[in-house]
Parts: sequence; structure tokens; C-alpha cells
Amino acid sequence: MTAAAERTGADRTEADRTPADVLAVAREQVLERGAGLDEPRVLEILRLPDERMPELLELAHEVRMRWCGPEVEVEGIVSLKTGGCPEDCHFCSQSGQFPSPVRSAWLDIPGLVKAARETAATGASEFCIVAAVRGPDKRLMSQVRDGIKAIREDGNDIQIACSLGMLTQEQVDELVGMGVHRYNHNLETARSHFPSVVTTHTWEERWETLRMVHEAGMEVCCGGIIGMGETVEQRAEFAVQLAELDPHEVPMNFLIPQPGTPYEDFELVEGPDALRTVAAFRLAMPRTMLRFAGGRELTLGDLGAEKGMLGGINAIIVGNYLTNLGRPAQQDLDMLTELNMPIKALSDTL
Amino acid sequence: MYCVHCGRPPGEGEHTRCQGARGAIDPPRFCPECARRMVVQVTPSGWSARCSRHGDRSSFNTASATD
Ligand code: SF4
Ligand SMILES: [Zn+2]
Ligand SMILES: [Zn+2]
Repeated sequence: MTAAAERTGADRTEADRTPADVLAVAREQVLERGAGLDEPRVLEILRLPDERMPELLELAHEVRMRWCGPEVEVEGIVSLKTGGCPEDCHFCSQSGQFPSPVRSAWLDIPGLVKAARETAATGASEFCIVAAVRGPDKRLMSQVRDGIKAIREDGNDIQIACSLGMLTQEQVDELVGMGVHRYNHNLETARSHFPSVVTTHTWEERWETLRMVHEAGMEVCCGGIIGMGETVEQRAEFAVQLAELDPHEVPMNFLIPQPGTPYEDFELVEGPDALRTVAAFRLAMPRTMLRFAGGRELTLGDLGAEKGMLGGINAIIVGNYLTNLGRPAQQDLDMLTELNMPIKALSDTL
Repeated sequence: MYCVHCGRPPGEGEHTRCQGARGAIDPPRFCPECARRMVVQVTPSGWSARCSRHGDRSSFNTASATD
């Protein structure tokens, strides 16, 4: 018996005859009570026909407004160390195992300071420093430390997040000591699908880093990529696994089939499927920050991005990504103004 | 001249992926003058690329093929 059907005797009689409609269940359970949908219900959402999309997106938006509010968190990201990664994540143009045209590069400290300054100038409250590595070595940790120090000396008080792969406990503690307030480490896809996406490390190893990050008091940022050959069941599985992790933020990427990678010929996720997935994730995680990350430009275009902002998303990456270009930051800022969604101010987050 | 996205001459092979929306999100990867793979750094507001023979170019001083 579903939660919605338990409400009244009248409902119960109705529910005994036909299973309660998933959107009615979600309205009562997620919107009213703030409790995320379970896996079978998330799957039902992912299977809703196109005709019910407007209703679904509207509900996801109501849930976001009710449990997260109207503010949008804006973030900029930069690649501190690009390419040459020893891991074999099949979607990734930065893996050294595939004939991708992406070559190794290091951003110097002045470049990092400039990137942080440009990000702050957009009104963003978050700046994420990313490196293409299995996990950080001493050189990378010291580059991050020097980089953060230089950003602060530049008078920039933007919040700093990092994404440096799998960590040891010692490295977790070091990052906390540097003032890194959030750590990104994506589980990428459902646990059952992960072995076909990555063979050089496991989903469980990723989970272990996330556990340490959480216990150390950093905010956990963990999401993944939609469109890597997972089934719709696995999308539901992933949503629920993320909900179980209960991260502060979930970045949602849509696969950009990268030249030279095993996924170079994969089809793009269709716009409606992307929006359905956004809404399903919102209904699985009513209180979590859901961020539009890479791939939205190709999968959704300008119109779809707006629909996503009105369908459960409450955070965005502005400007360029790590190896791909985004649309100009100003275009996203204008979109937020048009949608009447205030940008979360840095002062609110300190 | 070579295609900055795939490194082939414009008349050779297909360039469908190098154009349109796909091309627009990809910074130049190959030197247009010699087709060498360039070292590319993407930053929040632009990109810069270096060819070992032909030097540096960037979104700030080059009309990108994607603009
Ligand atoms: S660990 Fe990160 S950088 Fe390395 S191949 Fe996987 S996704 Fe790419
Ligand atoms: Zn080409
Ligand atoms: Zn050259």
C-alpha cells in the first residue's frame, strides 16, 4: 500500500482497485512530506509518457521551490590538471588509455587565480578545482594548497570545492585544513552498471572516499552522467543510491560522446528523457541541490535548459567546463533573471 | 589549413561532428597550420592552445572556428 493511499478510507478503497497514480503519490509524499520516492516509484516516473511531462515538471519544480527555495547556486569550474589520467572511465576524454585528442596540461597558479576571479565576477558563490587523476599525489596537493592561498591573497572569498579523485584519510584531512568546504566525487552511474563503464577502480572505492569526506565534515557533491548505456531501471537505481548517500549536491551530466573514447558513437540523450530524469532525481531527493553540469547544451539546448530550471534543477555550472566549452555565463545569468530566480549570494553561504 | 577539431583537411572525410552544436562546445584540438595535437587549457571564460611548432593561440586573440 502506498503512502498516498493510506491517507483516507476513501482513497484506500480507490487504491485497492487501481494502483495510485505516481504523480498523486509524489504530490503527497514528496511535496507535502519531503520524503523521496523509492526505486519502483522513480522507475514509474521515468516511464511516464510524454503527455504527462508538463505535469511532472511542474510537480518537480514545486518540490524544489518548497524544499530548496527559489535560489540558484552558481558555480564555475576549472581543470587544474588536464588529461593523462591512468583510469579508464569510458566516457572520459581525459583518460590516457584512449586515443582522445586531449593532451596533458597543468594550469599554473596565476591562471588558477584568474579563473577564480572570472568565476566570482559572474556572481557565482562556488569555484571548483578539478584534476584528472586517480587520486592526488604530493605535487597536486601542494599545487592545490598554493592555489587556494593565492586565490585568497587575491582578495577572492569565493567558496572553494575540489575534485581530485579518490582520497586517503590523510588527504581528506589536509583538504579540510586548506579550507576546502565541498568535495566532488561522482559515483557516475548505478552500481550495477559501473563495471561496464570503469574497470580500473570500483564503485565501492568511490563510495569509500565519499564516506570519509562526509565524516570529515566537508559537503559531499556526488552525481554522474546520464546516457552511458544504462537502462531506465538503472537510472532509477542510481537515483535511489544517490538518495541513500544523501549528498549536499548532485551534479547531473548528460553524455557528450567524446572523440576517441569507447563511447564516441553513443547517441545523445533525448531532451525529454533528460528532463524526465531531472524530475525523477528531484522526486527521489527533494532537499538535495541538483545541478545542471556538462552536456546540457547538446542534449537540451537553450529552451530545454529553461525547462530543466523549471523542472527540478536549482544549481548550474556557468561558463566552460573542463575540456568542453559551455555557453557564455551571461546567457545563463540572463536566463535566471528572466525566470525570476535569484542567485544564491556568497554571503548566504558563509 | 586543417580542421581544428579532427585535424584533417577540410575536404577530407566527414566533419559533421566538427560543426554545429558539437563543434561549438569543443575547443580547437589540432593546429590549423600543421594538424599537430595542441596542448589545450580550458578556463571558465575561454581557452588557450599551444602547438609545439606554431605557438600559442587563444579564444582571446583568435576567432575560434566555433564562434
Ligand atoms: S578518473 Fe576522472 S579523469 Fe580519470 S578517466 Fe576517470 S573520469 Fe576521467
Ligand atoms: Zn573536422
Ligand atoms: Zn602547428
